[in-house]
Amino acid sequence: MAVIRSTPPAALRDSTGVPRATAPPRRRSPARRGAVGWLFILPFLVVFAVFLVAPLLYAGYLSLYTKGLATGTTFAGIDNYTRAFTDPSFLKGLWLVLRFSLVVIPLQMIVALVAALVLDEVTGRLARFSRLMIFLPYAVPAVLGALMWGFLYSPSFGPLEQISSLFNVQAPFLLSQGNIFYGLLNVVTWQWSGYYMVIIYAALKSIDSSIYEAARIDGASSRQIALRIKVPMVSSAFVLILVFSLIGTLQFFAEPQILGPIANGSVTPDYTPNIYAFNLAFAYAQFNYASAISFALGFVVFLAVAIFMVATRKRGSIFT
Amino acid sequence: MRSRKMPTMKRPIIAMSVLALVLGAGACSGGDDGGGTAAKPTNCTNKIVHPEAKAVSVWAWYPNMAKVVDNFNNAHTDVQVCWTNAGQGAPQYAKFQTAISAKKGAPDVIMLEADQLVGFEIQDALVDLAPYGANDVKAKFSAGAWKDVSQGDAVYAIPVDGGPMAMIYRTDVFTKYGIKTPPKTWAEYAEAAAKVKAAGGPNFGDFGSNVPAVATALMIQKGANPFTYDLANKQNITIKLDDQATKDVLNYWGDLATRKLIGTEDQFTTDYIAGVVNGKYATYVSAAWAPGYLTGAGVGSGKEKGKFAVAPLPQWDAGAPVSVNWGGSTFAVTSQASDKKAAAEVAKGLYADEASLTDGWKTQTIFPLNQDVLKSEAFVNNKVEFFNGQTANKDIYIPAANAYQGATYSPFTVYYYAQLQAQIVKLNSGKITGDQAATELQDIMVKYAKSQGFTVQ
Repeated sequence: MAVIRSTPPAALRDSTGVPRATAPPRRRSPARRGAVGWLFILPFLVVFAVFLVAPLLYAGYLSLYTKGLATGTTFAGIDNYTRAFTDPSFLKGLWLVLRFSLVVIPLQMIVALVAALVLDEVTGRLARFSRLMIFLPYAVPAVLGALMWGFLYSPSFGPLEQISSLFNVQAPFLLSQGNIFYGLLNVVTWQWSGYYMVIIYAALKSIDSSIYEAARIDGASSRQIALRIKVPMVSSAFVLILVFSLIGTLQFFAEPQILGPIANGSVTPDYTPNIYAFNLAFAYAQFNYASAISFALGFVVFLAVAIFMVATRKRGSIFT
Repeated sequence: MRSRKMPTMKRPIIAMSVLALVLGAGACSGGDDGGGTAAKPTNCTNKIVHPEAKAVSVWAWYPNMAKVVDNFNNAHTDVQVCWTNAGQGAPQYAKFQTAISAKKGAPDVIMLEADQLVGFEIQDALVDLAPYGANDVKAKFSAGAWKDVSQGDAVYAIPVDGGPMAMIYRTDVFTKYGIKTPPKTWAEYAEAAAKVKAAGGPNFGDFGSNVPAVATALMIQKGANPFTYDLANKQNITIKLDDQATKDVLNYWGDLATRKLIGTEDQFTTDYIAGVVNGKYATYVSAAWAPGYLTGAGVGSGKEKGKFAVAPLPQWDAGAPVSVNWGGSTFAVTSQASDKKAAAEVAKGLYADEASLTDGWKTQTIFPLNQDVLKSEAFVNNKVEFFNGQTANKDIYIPAANAYQGATYSPFTVYYYAQLQAQIVKLNSGKITGDQAATELQDIMVKYAKSQGFTVQ
C-alpha cells in the first residue's frame, strides 16, 4: 500500500530545498538499468500475461461470435454488445449495482473514517484490540462471511429470530425481496469498512504530529483538529478507497451468489451483471454472450471510474 | 501548508493498478471458460478393486453411490468405475456444460436427470447407446421410462430411478385440525388449507420458487403441454406456456400463497427442513424419493417418528386422475468418453444390480424404474417405516408410476426453470397474477428460443 503514503520519500522532496544525494561514482548505462528492471518485473509480467491478458484477449475474441443451440457458431461483430446494452436483464443488474454503490460507498467511508479518527485519538490496549476487531471481517473470506450471515439471517436458527421470539414477534427476513438490498448492504459494509479504516488509519499515522501541536497552540479543539486538519490531510486516501470500492461494488458477485440459495428467489440469475454473466456462461452455455456482458461491464466500470476521476480532479489527481 | 500532491513517480503505478482492476472486471467471467474439471480416472472417491481393468470415470450424486460403485467394481473384472461426486443437479450440470464447451474434462459416464437430456443431446455431448447394446436392457423398463431417454431409435441414457408424485402429510396436524381424510382434489386441498389456517394452524403446504420442476409437473397434471420438441427436427420447437391449464395452476398456487395458506419458502434449505421437522407444513407435495432425502436430513426420527403418511396426489378431476413425475435420473455416456464401449457397459450395469437397487429403495432415496424391482414381492408389500408402516409402494407410488405417461422436455431446461422460478417469486409475493406470469413466461421463452436459432411454432 505504498501508494497511499502521504509523505514522499526525502529524496523527492525538492520543495524543501535540500539537494538530492550525489550520484554514485560508477553509473551503469540507462539501458543496462532498464534491462535489470525488466528482470525484476518479469515474474509479475508472466502471471499478468497468462492469467489476465490472455484470457481477456480470448474473451474478447469469443464476444465477437454468437452461438445458438440450434444454429452453431457464427461471426456476430458487435451484435453481442448492442444486445447487451439493450438487454433488460443486464441493464436491471447494472442499475442495481449503481444504486448499491451510491449507498454502500458513502456508508463504508463514514464508518471507516469515524473508526480511524477515534482509533487515532485513543491509545492503549483497548484501541489495539478494537482496531483488530474492526479489521477482522476483512480477513474473513467473502464466501465464508456470506455463509455466516446466511446463518445470522436464518428465520429458524438465527439470533435475530431467537431475540424477537422472546418478545413474541416475527423477525423480519432480511433476504426477502423487499429487504435483500439492505441485508446485502449490511454484509458488504461489515466486510469492507475495516479494510478502508486501516488505509485511512495508516494515512493518519503518517501525519507529522508537530502539525497537531501547532494547531493546539493556535487554540484548535480536538474536533477542529480532526475535521480541519486530519480529514483534509488524508483526502488522497479517500480517492483511493473510492476507486477501489467503486470497482469492487460494480462487480458485486460473491455475497448475493452465496446467499441466493437461501433467499427464496430474491437473487435472480440476473441480479447483478457479474452473476448474469456467470449464469449465461455456466448455466445457459452462452459463453460468447457472457464474454460480451463481461466486457460491457468492464466498460461501464471504466467509464464510472473515469467520470469519478475527472469529477475529483485536483492537482493531486491520479490521471493528470 | 505543503500541497497534498502525490509524488510524480507514483502516478503511473496507481494508474496501472486502477487499469488492472478495471480490466479484471472483464476477465472475471469471460476468462474462465477455458478451464474444466479434468475427470481423470486416477483420482477416484472409491477404491478400485481390479486396478488392471479399464477404468471409467463417473459423475453421480446418489446418496448411496459409494455402495453402488463398490457393488459394480466387485462384480466386474474387465471394467472398473472411478466415481466422483461433482455436485447435485445444477452445480454438476454447470461443470459438465463447461467441459463440453472446453471440449475436455467431462467424465465418461454422467448422471443426468431425464429433463436435462435433450439439452445435452442437441449439443452432441451424449452418445447414442443403441449401437452399444442399450436395447438389451429395454425390457427392464416401462415404455414411459424408456421414452424419456430415447429420441426415435436413438437411446441417450439408461434410466435408474423416477419420481412419481404424491402428497406426504402429517397425521398429527391433520388430526388436530379435524381433516379426516386427505384431500382428493385440489379444491379440497384449498378448502382444508383454509380450515387449518382459520383454526390457527400451520401452513398447509409450500410452493417454493426453487422447485420449478414441481410447478411444471403440476401444470402438466392439469393438461398443459409446455414443449413439443423432436431432436430429429432440431430447429423446430413448439412452446405453449400461456395456455389455460398453465394459467389455472399458477393462479391456484398464487392464490394460496397470497392468502398465506401455504409457505413460499425455497425447498431443500436448512430452514425448510427445520420447518418440516417442526410441523410448519401440514403437507409436502413431492416425489417418491423425498422420504429418503427427508430421513437423511433427520426428519421423522425422535418425537417426529411415525407422524408422516402419504396419499395420492390431489387431482383436478377426481374422476380422471393424472399422474406426474418429479425428478429421477439416468446414466448417460458422454461423447468425450475415450472407450465408449466400456462406458456403455458401466451406464447399463451401474445401479442396475439387485443389491444396489434394494439398498436404494429400502432407504427410499430412489424409486427404481427397473421392472424386476417394481414387481418384486418385497418392494410391493414393503411397510415403509417413515410412513409408520403404510404400504406406500403398493397403495400410492406404484399406481402413480404406472400411470405416468412420460413428458417432452425442451433443449433449454435450465433456462426455462430459471425463468419459471423468477415468475413464481413474483406470483408468490402477489405482484402478478397467474395469467400474467404465464403470458410473460411464454414471451420470454419464445424470444429465447428464437435467439438460439429455433423456429418457434
